[in-house]
Amino acid sequence: MITPAIPKSWYLPSKPHKFCPGCGHGIVLKALGEVIDELEIQDKTVFGCDIGCSLLSWNFFACDSTQTHHGRTTPVMVGIKRARPELITIGYMGDGGGYSIGSQHLLNSAVRNEKVTLILVNNTNYGMTGGQMAPTTLPGQKTETTPYGRDPEKTGYPTKGPEFLAELTPEGAYIARATVSKYKQLKRFLKNALRNQMEGNGFSFVEVLSTCPTNWRTNAQQTWHFLEEEMEPVFPVGELKSPFGKGGDK
Amino acid sequence: MLKVVEETKKAFLTGNETIAWAALAAGADIMFGYPITPQNEVMHYWTRLAPKYGRDFLQTEDEISAGFTVCGAVQAGKKAFTATAGPGNVLMQEPFGMAEAMRLPIFAVIQQRGGPSSGTVVYSQQEVALTTYGGNGEGFRIVYSTATHQEIYDYTIKGFNVAWKYRWPTFLLGDGYQAKMREPLEMYDPEERGIKLEPTYPLVGLPGKIGEDREPQHLCNIYSLEEELYDVVTRLAAEYEKIVPELIEWQEHSCEDADIIILTHGIVSRAADDAVKALRAQGIKAGYFRPITLRPYPAQQLREAIAKSGAKKLLIAESSYGQFERLTKQEIYGETIKIETLYMPGVGIVDYDIINKVKSVL
Amino acid sequence: MALVRIALAGEGGQGVQSVAEILAEAAYNENKQAIYIPNFGLEQRGGVSIAFIQVSDSRIGAPKFNKADVVIAMSHRAVARTATYSDKNTLFVYDDGFDVDPEDLPKEAKQIIAMPAINTANNELHPRVFNIIIMGAVIGLTNVVSFEAAKEALEHKLGSKFEKNPDLRELNFKALEIGKQLAENALKEGVAR
Repeated sequence: MITPAIPKSWYLPSKPHKFCPGCGHGIVLKALGEVIDELEIQDKTVFGCDIGCSLLSWNFFACDSTQTHHGRTTPVMVGIKRARPELITIGYMGDGGGYSIGSQHLLNSAVRNEKVTLILVNNTNYGMTGGQMAPTTLPGQKTETTPYGRDPEKTGYPTKGPEFLAELTPEGAYIARATVSKYKQLKRFLKNALRNQMEGNGFSFVEVLSTCPTNWRTNAQQTWHFLEEEMEPVFPVGELKSPFGKGGDK
Repeated sequence: MLKVVEETKKAFLTGNETIAWAALAAGADIMFGYPITPQNEVMHYWTRLAPKYGRDFLQTEDEISAGFTVCGAVQAGKKAFTATAGPGNVLMQEPFGMAEAMRLPIFAVIQQRGGPSSGTVVYSQQEVALTTYGGNGEGFRIVYSTATHQEIYDYTIKGFNVAWKYRWPTFLLGDGYQAKMREPLEMYDPEERGIKLEPTYPLVGLPGKIGEDREPQHLCNIYSLEEELYDVVTRLAAEYEKIVPELIEWQEHSCEDADIIILTHGIVSRAADDAVKALRAQGIKAGYFRPITLRPYPAQQLREAIAKSGAKKLLIAESSYGQFERLTKQEIYGETIKIETLYMPGVGIVDYDIINKVKSVL
Repeated sequence: MALVRIALAGEGGQGVQSVAEILAEAAYNENKQAIYIPNFGLEQRGGVSIAFIQVSDSRIGAPKFNKADVVIAMSHRAVARTATYSDKNTLFVYDDGFDVDPEDLPKEAKQIIAMPAINTANNELHPRVFNIIIMGAVIGLTNVVSFEAAKEALEHKLGSKFEKNPDLRELNFKALEIGKQLAENALKEGVAR
């Protein structure tokens, strides 16, 4: 039997992980683990996780890790990085934590070009609290607080984080959107975001489109369809800003 | 490290400037702050002085961020602090709560302004409840309520030390008057006075190879089970209560034969001290009691002062509407001494106010 | 020296707070206990600016006070604003150039003194040293600091400006002297209204 290789930076006592079947978080964290290994930064990485489903990653890695509060991962990571610039800080959050309750931190740390790496998992809803509308919920999408579908007249359109962060950040920032459906690209973007911090260039941010079959109430096929056919047209995948230039990210 | 105060010297400073100097002398590495009156000059002086001593500063986007960046920096093993007031203190209760839960040695200066809401930018003692028991926790905090610039200097140095020694969030509770007024004090190098500066150490970003030299750190503040949290909070409570006797500080005089004890804290205790002396000169037996630590509260010491004096009345004077009285009552529950109050929310209290009140109730 | 309480009040830009700070610093330099606290905040912008100064040989209590030994109202509006700080022991000073409604003057005072400070500044010195005349007047009325200490404190505060323009030094010291004399004369003559 062939077992898939487990990243060295994973913390084995916390496996198997606690995410729901079909959840995209496991894929993001797998890619992140492999990148941490490849960059050999496990011993100097500090991983901080937000509240929400991202919290379930709190002991995912054999890296020093800390829990924060909902939306406050960004300032905690900024505080650590400002205090100890030699550390590699990774903030891990959901769309609610990053774009809603923690948006002022995200926006201002981007403007200041804080040398932290933030990973935001976009699954278009608040998963942990039972599937409410998130800033990223698609127009017409049903959630617990938009049972008749999100009405943009009343609640606006989905937040496009990488787009506004790319506008706000100075040169040296790295801004990208990946998806769990394109694993190699996801890994490449995560690696660039960490390299960017290691080189001290500036703020690094990757939004990752992810899946939430539990709250979407979808089967495997529908889940993948929603991700690729519904989400991706609204949230285009790619690098929006990169100090490494085109093709310089290999 | 470059010495901040080479030799003991007299100075004539504002309270905010005193804090900046004392934080430097205490070895603070970095301040995070957000503008709010009346603490702004703490940042103004810090940003001018800090670079000369290799220290750092970040102006954050709000007080929530200032509090959480402090939490991050102390986790990384650096002496970090902030200063705030009023609505900023409200916002900082969230990170202060995290510091309580995770035993983070943060130090925060609160320069009380008027409330509720934006209130005034001037002065009050209305942040007593917030600073001692704010947040969704149990008040596992250390709060020093200062009265003079000398105390501001002394307790800023002590505050950093106590925070790092005991690992509870530690506060210097001042007010707008103390922030803005100038008065003489003596600045000194703590180590010259035999005050050892507590060493710092990181909770994350530890040295060594994970899996070979050490295990990874996984720091928590949220728990899956009620029972887990129960264990955590009862352990925190036991650890906090154990150190209470080492932390408690108070001032007391003229209580032995007092008919009335005047209970104040912070800057109001200056007026109380003058009032007691004036009343004594007029043949009225007044006593003086002042908690320096509001958390933990010198409850036993106050009970003893009441008992030995046989005083019939306790006059609580405060620049708020009963916050200090409520704090006191819960601490001395069961005492039968009659409590009189002088509430002057958001305005200063002078000796004259206290003397008049004493005469009206005796 | 027993406790002396001084309230200075005027318009923003008149130098009320600088005068208070220099006076308090001068007292401190003479090894006295001194407290100076400005009023600040919203009122400071567009309102009457008040400085509370206390000087004593022994420890000083509360930073503010209800009644002052000396009140100096440096602007028309400041007269009504500061009347509340006056009682039967107070020397209440305002400028004789103000057309003051008697209703605005304090009900109680040891002496109410109308002093020609603005006129003297404008005609004999320079309008910008009006506040230094007031500082001199405080010394003339209270002796909270010695004349020499006041000069030293001025030198400390304005030294760099004096270096550039030595005439300024002479102008300021003269203003200080004139202010002191105006106050001493007013006390002697017992000019009261």
